Amino acid sequence: MTHKTVRLGGLSRVEGEAALLVRAHDGRITDLQLNIYEPPRFFEALLRGRSYDEPPDITARICGICPVAYQMSACQAIEAACGVDVSGPLRDLRLLLYYGEWIESHTLHVFLLHAPDFLGYDSGMAMAVHHRDHMERALALKKAGNELVATLGGRAIHPVNVRLGGFYRVPRRQELAPLAEQLRRAREHAITTAAWVAGFDFPDVQHDYRFLALRHPDEYAILSGTPTVSEGSTFPVQQWPAHVVEEQVPYSTAVHARLDGAGGYLVGALARYAINFDRLSPLARAVARDAGLEDVCRNPFQSIVVRAVEIVHACDEALRVIDAYTEPDTPAVPVEPVAGTGHGASEAPRGTLYHRYRIDENGLIADADIVPPTAQNQARIEMDLHELIAPRLDLPQAELARLCERAVRNHDPCISCSAHFLDLNIDAR
Amino acid sequence: MIGVGNDARGDDAAGLQVARLLRDMLPPRILVAESSGDPMHLVATWSGAQLAIVIEAVSSGAAPGTVHHDVSPRLTHPWQGSSHALGLADAIALAAALDRLPRDLHIYGIEGADFAVEAPVTPAVQAAIRETAQAIGRRLKTIAGGTGIQTNFASFRRHPR
Repeated sequence: MTHKTVRLGGLSRVEGEAALLVRAHDGRITDLQLNIYEPPRFFEALLRGRSYDEPPDITARICGICPVAYQMSACQAIEAACGVDVSGPLRDLRLLLYYGEWIESHTLHVFLLHAPDFLGYDSGMAMAVHHRDHMERALALKKAGNELVATLGGRAIHPVNVRLGGFYRVPRRQELAPLAEQLRRAREHAITTAAWVAGFDFPDVQHDYRFLALRHPDEYAILSGTPTVSEGSTFPVQQWPAHVVEEQVPYSTAVHARLDGAGGYLVGALARYAINFDRLSPLARAVARDAGLEDVCRNPFQSIVVRAVEIVHACDEALRVIDAYTEPDTPAVPVEPVAGTGHGASEAPRGTLYHRYRIDENGLIADADIVPPTAQNQARIEMDLHELIAPRLDLPQAELARLCERAVRNHDPCISCSAHFLDLNIDAR
Repeated sequence: MIGVGNDARGDDAAGLQVARLLRDMLPPRILVAESSGDPMHLVATWSGAQLAIVIEAVSSGAAPGTVHHDVSPRLTHPWQGSSHALGLADAIALAAALDRLPRDLHIYGIEGADFAVEAPVTPAVQAAIRETAQAIGRRLKTIAGGTGIQTNFASFRRHPR
């Protein structure tokens, strides 16, 4: 009779905090819990009673990495309730802002969090010493994304320029020219990055994923689209509550989501890629092919390649938007409060992010529901872990623990709203 | 001048609020930036600078509002317990690996008390934020006026606030 326990308290290189517990008995996993310290649904409660135009700013504070995603899902949900459709140049500017966030977020994950797993480093910082050229490329990509967000969002973190119906201020065409120059270089860096990560040594793992992602008739869906499941079913975003149901699990403050009654579906880069490969820009599709990707990728370790392809796509499409940009007549279309319920979803870097708001007759938020990607993926990450380590329980403890960490990191889980303060030891000064 | 923090986590907003006060106090040629602590953002922001000043909330057990001056950037090991996976210590390590540390890096730590979600900034920390902004403002005006600091942040100057 043998017992084995793997306990990872505070997974490194995962945004925020998480812990994992795996227990095995006689070569069989008896318990597996991924515990994500996500704050309770504080923000949903906080939103009740606030004015209908406040959620974009308030929910942007939930995540320091993807505030634009929260703003876009919030805006679209409230605009839907109020019967407003934002289109034309204003929608293009929203796309551009969102591409900036994708470039920033994916660059952080690919270079500082994920690549060290494949090259045998404990951190991105250690990797930088020996892979300086790649890290310099990362900084250039990061800066390009950062500039997009700062220019359109008003500042680099927690953008303040977004409002219902559009923006407080829209850029002049000439303001976008230097961004385009930077993006052209970033696109080349992204192509080089995809070729680099495609050459990594990937564990031979395939999971039978059930994917969920938005699909748009003309775009690789990021800002909006129809929720689409990999077996082919779709449903309008207004019917999200009937299809996606969240449930509390006893060991985590995060909730697990079930899709049409079944848990363990996947959102995020692999899901988007599988459902929308044909919507990638021709350049991004060619880069994916050169990187050896098929139309669908079921190896979560290769998600680093998919994210690199998505950076290429984001740079490419951002350039297309800038090239075609015409200044809108007004920075925002009016959005007057209408009592009713609105639903909105967009593709945050980590996956589909759904918002629902009920507005009362006084224009106040009566009820709010936010379904973030990490809550949707948590059950599937546990399944990944189970399938990955069940046949490998005889590995040395340290090696098993490292493999578990990698399996979690594959899905870039974001534990929203973590604090950043330094845990300072004054005596060590 | 870079303020690091999270507006949604009580006293963790201290660094950001110092940055916002300083933006109105300093000559425009001194870059004032806000950061969530993303190491790449920090390194890209201070690259090429002669002097970078970073302000961040800290938790050391001292009285709330205590301002720790010129925390040494080399002593990164006590910071491994930071509740965020990546932060200032990682940025310093990354910058060191890439030879992108500013010539002088000064870190101010403002002792926080409450880091709960959407908690208000505690009064002692509010006072420390104002005092720190004024102290840094005086210090930077003196330095910038005396030596004519050149910043290398032209592309980051588009922040409209």
